[in-house]
Amino acid sequence: MGYQSVSENSHLLSRIAAGDGHGENSSYFDGWKDYDSNPFHPVSNPGGVIQMGLAENLLCLDLIKEWIKEHPEASICTEEGLNYFEAVANFQDYHGLPSFRQALARFMGKARGGRVSFNPDSIVMSGGGTGAQETLAFCLADPGDAFLVPTPYYPAFDRDFCWRTGVRLLPINCFSSNNFKLTKAALESAYETARKNNIRVKGVLMTNPSNPLGTTMDRDTLKTLLTFVNQKRIHLVCDEVFSGSVFNQADFLSVCELLDEEPSYDKSLIHIAYSLSKDLGLPGFRVGVIYSYNDTVVKCARRMSSFGLVSSQTQHLLSHMLNDDDFTSKYLAENKRRLHTRHEEFTSGLEKFGIKCLPSTAGLFIWMDLRQFLKENTENAELKLWRVIIDDVKLNISPGSSFRCTEPGWFRVCFANMDDATMHVALKRIGDFADKVKDETTQLDDATMHVALKRIGDFADKVKDETTQLQQKKRFNKKLRLSFCRINDGGITQHLMSPHLQSPRSPLVKASH
Amino acid sequence: MVSSKAARNSHGQDSSYFLGWQEYEKNPYHPTNNPSGIIQMGLAENQLSFDQIESWLESNPDVLGLKHDGASVFRELALFQDYHGLPTFKNALAEFMAELRENKVQFDPSNIVLTAGATSANEILMFCLADPGDAFLVPTPYYPGFDRDLKWRTGAEIVPIHCSSSNNFKITKSALEEACERAQKKKLRVKGVLVTNPSNPLGTTLTRHELEILVDFICAKRIHLISDEIYSGTCFGIPEFISIAEVIGGRIDDVEDQVHIVYSLSKDLGLPGFRIGAIYSSNKAVISAATKMSSFGLISSQTQYLLAMLLSDKHFTASYISENKRRIKIRHDQLVEGLADVGIPCLESNAGLFCWVDMRHLLDKNTFTGEMELWKKIVYDVGLNVSPGSSCHCTEPGWFRVCFANMSTETLDVAMQRLASFVESGGQGEGPKGSRGLKKLMYWVRQLSLADDRTER
Repeated sequence: MGYQSVSENSHLLSRIAAGDGHGENSSYFDGWKDYDSNPFHPVSNPGGVIQMGLAENLLCLDLIKEWIKEHPEASICTEEGLNYFEAVANFQDYHGLPSFRQALARFMGKARGGRVSFNPDSIVMSGGGTGAQETLAFCLADPGDAFLVPTPYYPAFDRDFCWRTGVRLLPINCFSSNNFKLTKAALESAYETARKNNIRVKGVLMTNPSNPLGTTMDRDTLKTLLTFVNQKRIHLVCDEVFSGSVFNQADFLSVCELLDEEPSYDKSLIHIAYSLSKDLGLPGFRVGVIYSYNDTVVKCARRMSSFGLVSSQTQHLLSHMLNDDDFTSKYLAENKRRLHTRHEEFTSGLEKFGIKCLPSTAGLFIWMDLRQFLKENTENAELKLWRVIIDDVKLNISPGSSFRCTEPGWFRVCFANMDDATMHVALKRIGDFADKVKDETTQLDDATMHVALKRIGDFADKVKDETTQLQQKKRFNKKLRLSFCRINDGGITQHLMSPHLQSPRSPLVKASH
Repeated sequence: MVSSKAARNSHGQDSSYFLGWQEYEKNPYHPTNNPSGIIQMGLAENQLSFDQIESWLESNPDVLGLKHDGASVFRELALFQDYHGLPTFKNALAEFMAELRENKVQFDPSNIVLTAGATSANEILMFCLADPGDAFLVPTPYYPGFDRDLKWRTGAEIVPIHCSSSNNFKITKSALEEACERAQKKKLRVKGVLVTNPSNPLGTTLTRHELEILVDFICAKRIHLISDEIYSGTCFGIPEFISIAEVIGGRIDDVEDQVHIVYSLSKDLGLPGFRIGAIYSSNKAVISAATKMSSFGLISSQTQYLLAMLLSDKHFTASYISENKRRIKIRHDQLVEGLADVGIPCLESNAGLFCWVDMRHLLDKNTFTGEMELWKKIVYDVGLNVSPGSSCHCTEPGWFRVCFANMSTETLDVAMQRLASFVESGGQGEGPKGSRGLKKLMYWVRQLSLADDRTER
């Protein structure tokens, strides 16, 4: 963008500003740039890059638009709503509009099937989910403290939770062998590692439903977590930003439900982060929520919300919308249905090409298993494959390494931010790619094998005239092993972070140029 | 269990500035429902010009966002979370800021970072320019919210530049140097100076001479200058408002990289609920970092869109700016004259939504405790929530900030009448509430003395 080099001015900037903690200097953004410079359009650019790295929900915006049209009184810009203008424009109370907090409490309860009831007085606004995470980190931890987070996790947590707060995130490693479920052993191990390094652990941060996995936590896992945080006397931050996007199971089990069931759990340790960006598909409106059972945290977070209040215009509109029970019931049900349909179409399409995904029941994405296409079981190989997918297949998807996944070969692919036609184009491209790679892999394997065989032959001739037969045999065997073994790297490249931050380009940006 | 930030009170909200608001909230004045309630004069809001905006909205029905040139933009707005901000909004904002400065300077939209109000803008600039423990120099008296905005989560420090009534609280070179020395004695690294121009709470604009002194100072020290210009549209009298942007443009030394402006639409347009703030800087590294930080408090796209439409209407902005100033002046004069009638002088001012009122002659004792006692009487006995100078870190007791733009003319009349009764009764007026009880009064005096001791430096 033509900025001067940061280093020229960095002596004048703070360490936070001059450093890389924002996480945006990652090679991941090559994918974004590729999309920006060549975005897919069914008519004007059918060969462009399809954006599948953006976890947005476009499937139900028509319902919301319809509601707004039918309720002009909810907008302060219409004839019907104008008499609210002055009061709304003047309203900067960080408690938020009471009707807005009530509406949010109702909506959140509804997304949990009415099994949890939220107290509007414990609801605090924030600048989107992004603001909610940062505020909670400021409230719960001091610089140098750590939170444990199960991998794979949403990359922007490194920015949201850590950048300006000085708090650290330490991974709890999860593996495909049990579908990336969080285990007690993994929790204990992560905690112990921190302790050995003299790092004070203040809590656990988890996302449920999970981003990027699209899975929800079962009762046992939630209980394990709650028991763990209670025993260690640490906090639990649950990011439930996809709680209204659970489509493939009867109910979403929120940690809040277990708190009600089991009074021995200390509620003051539990804090929920929420936002309307995913469930309602309104990321532009910047509606974030912190819900805490801890009054000190509520008070502190509320004071901090001054740094990222929700526009009163938006509070006013959404308080009307979310207090409309008929609408929210219909919306949540229809959103589930459309997500389910899209998910089914997409995953069954992938299956036809022999591509498996982690079985999932929620979210706006699938966790796709492309390990079979890796040349080697390494992160480098994953990135090479990713590069091919962007350059040749022209799909921007997110590599698992950017989510700190312990195993190479997994990719997050978003499916709710496009129409049906575009999804089919994407599927076709993936199918074509899958076929092509299978052929190439076979050919390459043959070629590599021939090279290896030739080398063995040459070597065998050469050593016929040399020392003892045993030495010859040893060297021969060694060479064979070196030719055919795969190097397991397993290390995570530190500089890869944050694939999904705000999109640098939107149609509204283009429209003005 | 919680963080140190959550456990301590460094957010500054236990200060008398905010406690007065709480008292108002418990018993708010209403001309018919609660005529004996407390009149809020501690809130620097501009409620004088809503009707102008409302009538604009009536004539521009497309702004709901469903249609623009006939095509729906709802979807795009719903999805628009680009931290670079809506281009049409930034363009309009840049032009509006220039218009407020009579187009003597131009602003480049790509040097603007949008933030959730000036509260967020100031905090972001601190995060960008200062490490924990670094200090910014701020002239006193200053807006009490700075204690929270500049220091709370950033870990930065404020070192006051002492200004006094002897020269009408003007900033002097010696005051700047003295503040710097004090910082050094405390082993604090000074990263910059932050000024508010027009000043809150003084209601005065910085002179060209003061601005030049400031720029000379930051040049010599190689530090930053933040100019909080959120009241730039409220300058109703002479001298005219001079923005720091005008001053740095005319200099030979290249100081642009060190100067940053904060703006907001909360005061000039009277829209604090919409949370519209901005940082303006020619320093690309600052813009780059601040843009990323704005993720934590972006402006709702719906609001950006509304304001883009509003501010792009040049007929509207021109007539709004002049009419707004006209109304502010009338209200200002009403307050000043009402106070003068009862022998209460104000600092001569040409801007802002408040006056800096001199009640030193009403103090029983020329101390901050004396000021608190007077303040308590004004809140409980007279029924006016005004802001004591100590909450603004004024070095001299007896000054109060009194706001005039957040109420009707009639309410201001009532406030003046109450004050007159109070003064005429020798400062012992019964007032609308009577005395609240000695116990309660002593409780508050104790509370606030303790609170202010904690926040005073």
